[in-house]
Amino acid sequence: MKSKAEVVIIGGGSTGTSIAYHLAKLGVEDVVLLEKNYLGSGSTFRCASGIRAQFTDEANIKLQRYNIEKRWKHLSEELEYDVHFKQTGYLFLATTEEEIEAFKQNIKLQNKFGVPTRLITPEEAKEIVPPLNAEAFLAGAWNPEDGKACPFRVVHAFARKAREMGVEIYEHTPVTGIIVENGEIKGVKTEKGVIKTGIVVNAANAWAPIINEMAGLSRDFVPIKPYKHQIAKTEPIAPGQIEPLTCPPAWNDSYVIQDGEDGGVICGTGLEKEPTSLDDVQPTYDFLREVLKWATRIIPALKYVHVVRQWAGFYAKTPDSNPAIGRIQYVDELYIAAGFSGHGFMMAPGVGEAIAELIIKGKSKVPLDWEWYDPHRFERGELRSAAFQIG
Amino acid sequence: MSDKKNIIICRCNEVTQEEIEALIDQGVTDIEMIKRLLRIGMGPCQGRTCLPMVISILARKTGKKPDEIKLPATRIPVRPVPAGVLVGEMESDGNEE
Repeated sequence: MKSKAEVVIIGGGSTGTSIAYHLAKLGVEDVVLLEKNYLGSGSTFRCASGIRAQFTDEANIKLQRYNIEKRWKHLSEELEYDVHFKQTGYLFLATTEEEIEAFKQNIKLQNKFGVPTRLITPEEAKEIVPPLNAEAFLAGAWNPEDGKACPFRVVHAFARKAREMGVEIYEHTPVTGIIVENGEIKGVKTEKGVIKTGIVVNAANAWAPIINEMAGLSRDFVPIKPYKHQIAKTEPIAPGQIEPLTCPPAWNDSYVIQDGEDGGVICGTGLEKEPTSLDDVQPTYDFLREVLKWATRIIPALKYVHVVRQWAGFYAKTPDSNPAIGRIQYVDELYIAAGFSGHGFMMAPGVGEAIAELIIKGKSKVPLDWEWYDPHRFERGELRSAAFQIG
Repeated sequence: MSDKKNIIICRCNEVTQEEIEALIDQGVTDIEMIKRLLRIGMGPCQGRTCLPMVISILARKTGKKPDEIKLPATRIPVRPVPAGVLVGEMESDGNEE
């Protein structure tokens, strides 16, 4: 293992591998990425694959508009590896007049920043998702430019390209400490040795408070609570039936979306479970019953489709469901991009680019509102309006 | 020599020996990543057929002992079940109640 590096990134998910790639792209020759398990093993490989700009606040809409338009659409080409990005849309469904009003407000804000969401009728929704139980809904918010990509391929593609450009990636290498002297980083301790460095990025998401503590901060400096988010997946069905992520928020934030690669239907619902530990990704039977109750109400024909798999991962949730992204003022050259609250995968390309530029240039051309995502906001008792989270 | 293009290792997702070996040759030697990039073990059989074979290929190509290669997580349900059964609207034989 290398004994020194210019930058050490802790966390090998979509965010960490993206930061590594973008640092290498900016010409940093000496980057090390440390992952305690295998790449993607934290939250990315357990996510539902969705990518959207349909948020309900300016900061997240702007960031995601950029991510989709400028990054996701070109990512396969840029990384020379097919990440299976497809613009199959997101379809939110309203069950009450009040929801329609809220949808209209959101659509107005999204349109203002160039996101082409529009209100559609249940009949139009059924054209987009043919087996939809359209009678149960009054209207839909439809953005055909939202989409999905393959989380496995994305992490592999970022890591592969980063390695080609000289980044050293060490998997199965837990970090055990961070050496800080007089407010400056001197190195990172791992189970396999010490790496001298002056710059550290905490991209450990659900595990980020532990890393912050190693750097001398309080665990609650960024108060991330890990919640078990579970998913059930069916056997493949014919492509084209449930291509967009389809979600009636009033139905417990439940959603269905066909996997872009094999055509199985991914089903999620907002049943939050506190894990017993940070290794507890044991799926639960009550989730399976709950998620399928909603999924078969959204798409009644799913009743006849076999469930082949269920798994759990973590939503690394902050009090306002917005991530902490930026520089940590208490320790020189300590950065964080964590607490994504279920949005890390979809934000990864732009966030990686922004953090890499912040480290190297002190600013970024990515339209990322640093003030909004400021990691210090929690200790000031400031919360942003809650980022729209589903599932 | 056998034609590796025609040797199916994962029957659920039709993955050949050639594809698995090519990925390992590219440096992807972690079974968790091989599983996800080729979707071995992710079909209805949940890896019962393919995973032991993938482990032996991986062991042969990396010089590891097969028992050093940990099996990926097993997911429930152990065999496919219609969603209707799990929500209590259908018998396990597929008949509606």
